Amino acid sequence: MFMFYEIALIPMYLLIGVWGSGKKEYAAMKLTLMLMGASAILIAGILGIYFASGTTSMNILEIAKAGNIPHDAQMIFFPMTFLGFGVLGALFPFHTWSPDGHASAPTAVSMLHAGVLMKLGGYGCFRVAMYLMPQAANELGWIFLILTSISVIYGAFSAIVQTDLKYINAYSSVSHCGLVLFAILMMNQTAATGAVIQMLSHGLMTALFFALIGMIYGRTHTRDIRELSGLMKIMPFLSVCYVIAGLANLGLPGFSGFVAEMTIFVGSFQHTDIFHRVITIIATTSIVITAVYILRLIGRSFYGEVKNPEHLKLTDATWDERLSAIVLIIAIVALGVAPLWMNNMIGDSVLPIVKALVIK
Amino acid sequence: MDYSQFLYMKEEVSLIVVMAILFLYDLIASEKARKYFSVVACVLLGAHIIYNLIPTSTPGSAFGGMYYYTPMMTIIKSILTFGTLIVFMQADLWLKREDTKFKQGEFYFLILSTLLGMFFMIASGHFLMFFLGLEMASIPMSTLIAFDKYRHNSAEAGAKYILTAMFSSALLLFGLSFLYGACGTLYFEDIPALLTSGNYMQLAAFVFFIAGIGFKISIVPFHLWTADVYQGAPTPVTSYLSVISKGSAVFVLLTILMKVFAPMVTEWQNIIYGLIVITITIGNLFALRQKNMKRFLAFSSISQAGYILLGVIGGTAIGMASLVYYVLVYMVANLAIFGVISIIEQRTEKVSMDDYNGLYKTNPKLTFLTTLALFSLAGIPPFAGFFSKFFVFMAAFKSGFIVLVVIALLNTIISLYYYLLVVKAMYINKNDNPIEPIKTDCYTKISLTICLIGIIGLGIASIVYETITAFSYGM
Repeated sequence: MFMFYEIALIPMYLLIGVWGSGKKEYAAMKLTLMLMGASAILIAGILGIYFASGTTSMNILEIAKAGNIPHDAQMIFFPMTFLGFGVLGALFPFHTWSPDGHASAPTAVSMLHAGVLMKLGGYGCFRVAMYLMPQAANELGWIFLILTSISVIYGAFSAIVQTDLKYINAYSSVSHCGLVLFAILMMNQTAATGAVIQMLSHGLMTALFFALIGMIYGRTHTRDIRELSGLMKIMPFLSVCYVIAGLANLGLPGFSGFVAEMTIFVGSFQHTDIFHRVITIIATTSIVITAVYILRLIGRSFYGEVKNPEHLKLTDATWDERLSAIVLIIAIVALGVAPLWMNNMIGDSVLPIVKALVIK
Repeated sequence: MDYSQFLYMKEEVSLIVVMAILFLYDLIASEKARKYFSVVACVLLGAHIIYNLIPTSTPGSAFGGMYYYTPMMTIIKSILTFGTLIVFMQADLWLKREDTKFKQGEFYFLILSTLLGMFFMIASGHFLMFFLGLEMASIPMSTLIAFDKYRHNSAEAGAKYILTAMFSSALLLFGLSFLYGACGTLYFEDIPALLTSGNYMQLAAFVFFIAGIGFKISIVPFHLWTADVYQGAPTPVTSYLSVISKGSAVFVLLTILMKVFAPMVTEWQNIIYGLIVITITIGNLFALRQKNMKRFLAFSSISQAGYILLGVIGGTAIGMASLVYYVLVYMVANLAIFGVISIIEQRTEKVSMDDYNGLYKTNPKLTFLTTLALFSLAGIPPFAGFFSKFFVFMAAFKSGFIVLVVIALLNTIISLYYYLLVVKAMYINKNDNPIEPIKTDCYTKISLTICLIGIIGLGIASIVYETITAFSYGM
């Protein structure tokens, strides 16, 4: 697993460095070095788990069944492993690779990276760090809870001040992926189910976002929201898709974002102690902040008068672009309207991990 | 005299036979036959590798304990000979130049003499034999470094090397004299019983020994000769020096530490700990600012020596296996890069990193190979370099050196940065007059293909590592 985690890194460097735009060399180098730093710490954590587990295999399930990593080893290696995976999942002080990386990457690379790659972090934290070291997860989890809730709020606040469409989206990804880690750390079944649904839903939403931004950029050659205005009249299909994506992002019921966030917050609130409840309330305020930047963005760019006469000549989406947008929207809406089948499936699969976390 | 002792020395005797054949060929071959000199040399060396590939004898000693044999030594000697074969193939273009053509036979003979010296150094059972082997490996090497003697870089590098080598072997001999004074014998088998703890003379002997052999491995602070010598020497000689000379010295270091200095284990682990930290860090920091490709690879190989020492510090059998595997993988990756640098230097005389800008547009295959080799050196999966680094870290981790492994891991990030600088130069930086498309000759193609297969295959074919591990328990 670790090997393929690292294999995913180097092609990112080449993809962003060669085909990107803007500060691509700086962004590519920063992304690669930070993620390699994370994997360096991660491999130390993994080696620690391997040698401390007493089994002679690296099979995650076997180590979990044996379940006897000594307490001191857990306290050292849990932060290392969590940090190693968390950097990829946009944990607070180490999320800085994400905005520059997403913004400089070409469209398809951004879609893959934000939609797929960042979920590796959440998965790794859940599957490896917390499953194999439950005692340390219970004892040290509060530190990471604070960090992830900061990243949820901070990511949302940062997105408010951005003027570049891609940067707004990148910070929004930081915020949502932080929410995934936040939910995982709550350690009960509802919250964990919500985390997985959030991984799925955010992946679809952000892919949709980046695709649409790529289409808009291809036509107007600018991503600055101060220059875009009144696009609804010029490109109605694209604008409607973008509005739908924005509404899904802020958690409007009917779309998958609502299902995910609702499950997460309900699960988090099930804890009865003060610390968890206060943190949940703080994280919930991110919904409002998300609404601010999404609505600001949509209002400025799509509604209103057309400022730039050049834009009047632009064409709407072609059939292949329509197809890709429609597929993603159908998925988001399906997940939002009828989540139950997905909910049950996910709930059953996170159950063993949650059981291990709660008993110890 | 018991002639059956020579059966233990199969590798050395066959190498002497090869050397004799090449010497006679150089002496008496006609002009027409001389065209095939490189073919003859490569074929003979290839036959030598195949003949000596599988360890056949059981461990034993010859000549009253002077020469000691274990199956692992056959493995490392085969690895070194294999590297020499690749160097021979890469050197072919350089040797066919006008001013080196008449010296071709001398080149082969000198390289094989150093290889023979390394064989004796590896298989020694007595410190004097070890010293003889070391000298035999170093002195012809300085001649090789100064091979292009009318180019002043080469001569200067050769002078630097011989002076530093002489000084280090003087220090080494001084340490050995202390050891003799303290123990009364220089046989590897007898010394461990005679080492008492807290004896300052033995500790001083050990320190001088490290100083002497540290020169060969180019660990810090004995590394100052490395950059200038690597830059000044002809590129095939540099590649030989960086991989094979270093690999043999590290293997000998581990053998001696495990066998001879075993009672002093805590002391030498502390010393090696400090050496690893400064070697990796200083090697990485200095490599960041280099613009000349050969100098850059010199500093990179200093930091790689630090990683190899991570396999030494555990002093266990698994450390030995991971060290041998690391030497093999490092060899193919380094020889790949040096092969590319060598062919570019031969065709266009350009060695600066800035000249490599935009290489991807004109020479895509060479660029691709260099990229793979650099990623292997940096330790990126799925190349063999990742596995070799992983096993070395595992060996050190298992012996309990957790903080050291974390420091080494953080240093891999710095090393990734400077390796990526070269990748960036080739793929991303723009160049107005890039290096024009280069036509590689047959030997270079073969050697680079072998290196490519090694870089990709050695990690995936687990049989290599398993064979090495199986033999390491024979220590």
